[in-house]
Amino acid sequence: MSDMIEVQDLARRFGAVEAVRGVSFTVGEGEIFGFLGPNGAGKTTTINVLCTLLRPTGGRASVNGFDVVRRRSEVRRSIGLVFQQSTLDEALTAERNLRFHAYAYGVPKAARDLRIRELLEMVELFERRNSVVKTYSGGMKRRLELARGLLHHPRVLFLDEPTLGLDPQTRRHIWDYLRRLREREHLTIFLTTHYMDEAENCQRIAVIDHGRIVALDTPEGLKDQVGGDLVFLSARDNAAAAGEVRERYGLDVREQDGQVSFHVRSGEQFLPDFVRGFSQPILSIGVRRPTLEDVFLHLTGHEIRDSELDAKDQFLNEMRGW
Amino acid sequence: MGETWRGFWVVGYREVLRFLGDRARLGSSLLMPLLFLVIFGAGFSRSIGALAPGVNYIQFMFPGIVGMTVLMNSLFAGISVVADKEFGFLKEILVAPISRTGIVLGKAAGGSGVALIQAFLLLLFAPLVGVALSPRIVLLLIPVTILLSLGLSGLGILIASFIASQQGFQLIIQVLIVPLMFLAGVFFPTNNVPTWMEIITKLNPLTYGVDAIRQIFLGSGRGLGVTLFGHVATLGSEVLLIACISIVLLTGAVLAFESQS
Repeated sequence: MSDMIEVQDLARRFGAVEAVRGVSFTVGEGEIFGFLGPNGAGKTTTINVLCTLLRPTGGRASVNGFDVVRRRSEVRRSIGLVFQQSTLDEALTAERNLRFHAYAYGVPKAARDLRIRELLEMVELFERRNSVVKTYSGGMKRRLELARGLLHHPRVLFLDEPTLGLDPQTRRHIWDYLRRLREREHLTIFLTTHYMDEAENCQRIAVIDHGRIVALDTPEGLKDQVGGDLVFLSARDNAAAAGEVRERYGLDVREQDGQVSFHVRSGEQFLPDFVRGFSQPILSIGVRRPTLEDVFLHLTGHEIRDSELDAKDQFLNEMRGW
Repeated sequence: MGETWRGFWVVGYREVLRFLGDRARLGSSLLMPLLFLVIFGAGFSRSIGALAPGVNYIQFMFPGIVGMTVLMNSLFAGISVVADKEFGFLKEILVAPISRTGIVLGKAAGGSGVALIQAFLLLLFAPLVGVALSPRIVLLLIPVTILLSLGLSGLGILIASFIASQQGFQLIIQVLIVPLMFLAGVFFPTNNVPTWMEIITKLNPLTYGVDAIRQIFLGSGRGLGVTLFGHVATLGSEVLLIACISIVLLTGAVLAFESQS
């Protein structure tokens, strides 16, 4: 598997604010690779550098073997994009939008109409191809953008928060298309998200916080880093129960929301012995695999929701506005 | 080179396509010059009388109104850049494998095409207000209108490069359009005005466009034309001047547009 995206010590600052502070990673051909992190972590900035909209202030990056600063034109030909905000011409019809894209990318005339039809059918918009985009719902627009991003047969598809603001059913739909596409068109997919369930679709995930990659692994690998399964129980006296776990097993115990929780390897085997030997009366007990939410909390010390837009992020978002 | 050419025609084509699809704009941008023509024409005709032998006020003003139409429609190229920014479509253009120069020239050409269409729609009203038309006039108007509107579109794009919202752009244009329009010899000859005003009119690029269009309509040597360095400017020298101004404005627009990405 050769590398489709190579990034080394990439940095980007906006005045005094460092949005991306030296990230390095590679994405293999055909891989689905995700950037997981809160808003303002540097995800969009990284995408904008990779798709030649922003120049890096440090480090190097290449896409499809082309440097994103020196070979911009080749990079642009190699990539398809779906941005967070719609970039469709809402005054034109769906088909006109695709046609315009085909012209701009120099798609040969012979292939153009067939390709437009094929993609519109795939995202189930062929019947609505002559409607003005203004009349589309949010989900339809996103599907049209997906079709447009693929029109010129890109090698890498960049998706910036591809399902942001969409309902669960549409989100599932979009992911069905993406998986099918990856197989059919041998696409490499790079996406950013702050949805945990969406990140589960990736083969590898880079967890990014405050402009740095804090972990990079498969979803399962990341979950293992947390230290195994999560056991959560409530006892008649939670404080005493937490104390006993700490004493007997030497584990890191958390007491929150009327629950005592801790991580342990092979939770299901651990549980029977644990319950048998425990002296405190237990009201309820359960065990589950850690989620990416747990991973994020474990790695950064805060929950992904806690770090939503503060003043600095808002400033950055404005800078990234275009 | 291929990327500049492709950018040029893709962007220009879209501008015209959008304009033709927008009936409200088609009508409203023609309404304003017609209102000026009717109101000023009716209001001033009797009290002003002939400005030169055989030239009444409406015949004097009509070429100016054509120039004004070109000005307003050309500056619109700028607002379409700002609108693309606001609605995100500019990103789609910026990540496409087309050059920035091609994008700016395409926007300017689109604005120019729209201005040309509007100017010719206005010509349909010429016979109604007693302005004579001939094939020669129409043929000469085409290159002059295109040249003038390319430069003024460049000015619009140049301004748009520094502005993020349509409201902001409209505010600036409103402040700018009044002196550009009234101090260009659209409504009165500029060769008999106070010195301070004369200086401003000579710095105004539209002045030469309006005078060139007027010379096409009325012929030269009527004592109404713009004087440059003590000589009455000929149509040829004015066209050359407009070409130079347009090249400067378009170059400025390309540089400003590139510097922001």
